[in-house]
Amino acid sequence: MAEPLVETRGLTVDYAARRSLWGPANASTRVLRGVDIRIDAGEIVGIVGESGSGKSTLGRALLGLVPATEGQVLFAGHPLDAQPDGALALRRHMQMIFQDPMSSLNPRHTIRTILTRPILLHGIALDQAAAAASAAAVLERVGLPLTVLARYPHELSGGQRQRIGIARAVMLRPRFVLADEIVSGQDVSTQARVLVLLKELCAEIGMALAFISHDLSVIRALCHRVYVLNGGVVVEEGSCESVFAAPQHAYTRALIDAIPLPVVGTSWLAA
Amino acid sequence: MSALLSIENLSAVSRRDGKPILRDVSLQVESGTIHGLVGESGAGKSTISKIVLGIVSGGVVVTAGRVMLDGKDLVQIPERDKRILIGSQLALIPQDPLTALNPGRHIGDQLTDSLRMWKGFNRKAAWARALELLDHVAIRDPARVMDQFPHHLSGGMRQRVLIAAAFAIEPKLLIADEPTTALDATVQKQVLQLLKRLQAEHGTSVVFVTHDLGVVAQICDDVTLLFQGKVMEQGTAATIFNAPRHAYTRALLAASPRYDNPAAGLNPIDDAVIAACYAQIQQFDGVQHG
Repeated sequence: MAEPLVETRGLTVDYAARRSLWGPANASTRVLRGVDIRIDAGEIVGIVGESGSGKSTLGRALLGLVPATEGQVLFAGHPLDAQPDGALALRRHMQMIFQDPMSSLNPRHTIRTILTRPILLHGIALDQAAAAASAAAVLERVGLPLTVLARYPHELSGGQRQRIGIARAVMLRPRFVLADEIVSGQDVSTQARVLVLLKELCAEIGMALAFISHDLSVIRALCHRVYVLNGGVVVEEGSCESVFAAPQHAYTRALIDAIPLPVVGTSWLAA
Repeated sequence: MSALLSIENLSAVSRRDGKPILRDVSLQVESGTIHGLVGESGAGKSTISKIVLGIVSGGVVVTAGRVMLDGKDLVQIPERDKRILIGSQLALIPQDPLTALNPGRHIGDQLTDSLRMWKGFNRKAAWARALELLDHVAIRDPARVMDQFPHHLSGGMRQRVLIAAAFAIEPKLLIADEPTTALDATVQKQVLQLLKRLQAEHGTSVVFVTHDLGVVAQICDDVTLLFQGKVMEQGTAATIFNAPRHAYTRALLAASPRYDNPAAGLNPIDDAVIAACYAQIQQFDGVQHG
């Protein structure tokens, strides 16, 4: 088997005790407990769970943004905690699309700066002109007019900002992108567009995608494989096809049963 | 069956720029049924429910139409009568239970308010009734919850408290504005089951505002689908889902991801369908002004 692109081995993450002002120190909270996952190059993997399942912490750990208490995260075979902070060469290939583009895009920068700065920083574009040309190409790819280049994030609609967030992440043609709840709260029509765009971009760039969501229907539409997280533990893993056809774990079944289908005349509410 | 709530030719515009927000909306909520008010952002579904509740913001001006509740026009009646009518017969289950509850008051005090105000209970009787209500919405250890503050409760528990509060006054009409959007899927299902059970027991009529077509199919009897303040399609849930007539309805259904069908959710709504919807609206606006 080929080497996985992203891999966790026995990943355990604790959030440190927070000392309360008056009371005694709280015990630290264990958020992930011995998680083993692997994401291969070009693969779209769903990570699903409810609030408090640890899915967002797992996502952050995959990018090395949260230190492992025990276990390891490896990117293309390199342990992340062994990398110096400035491991730019690896960083280039690990990008993130955020849930809320308004709070993740610098409000003082124009879209041009937001899109071109990373490729200039990483030396992918050698000068402003080359960077601007790349930004224009990516903008066109995500379906935005070139006029947005001169604009600031607050001047765009929510859907446009979401596209900028995606464009920013793929500017570097990364090998791995993490998307955390990026379509939750969106209208159905916007959501479908974003899903199609992500799927196409993954195929074009050959990037792997970890897609964190609480919505199993969205995961089914987009992902090849899925990890089901509950209480910081992976309770089920498999291809979407097999997990949805025959869920093995009671929690997965409960999650699937909790989805209301747009079909009338079922006994869903009674069950 | 008779309509408990009848919205007739309701139109509203924005005070700031005069742009239409609601365009000649008519709908009937039959007694004892759940009517789904469905649409994407900007459809006007929340504006309609706010007009019915009399809490619409100053930025919205109702320009035409009637909102008949049990034969009385909520838009026209004097403010004082309106407050009594709405307070005693309407209840709201809001989207965000945390902001709807007062963070500085005990659950028990918040639950007993409406019982004392509208049902004439004294303090002791209201407290006893509130305990019953909490028990009824399947909250364990109601006596303890009565003495707690909202932040002590989980999102699902808070929503149960608000459902208990809504049913406390035995309203004729309940407005549920995206009541489960903020909840986890498994909790959402429990809350919907609870809502359906209480609705059936009390024979309450419900306006259920949501963007989730799955929830609509499972809980609503009738559906009004809106786009930019205009009714696109209206009918029983069975017709809307089994034989949708409007292209917009069909496109929305095709764009909804569903776990039983991997291809669903990857069909963005065709620009032509949206353009046709806007054309329909422009034609309507043209007739209004011309």
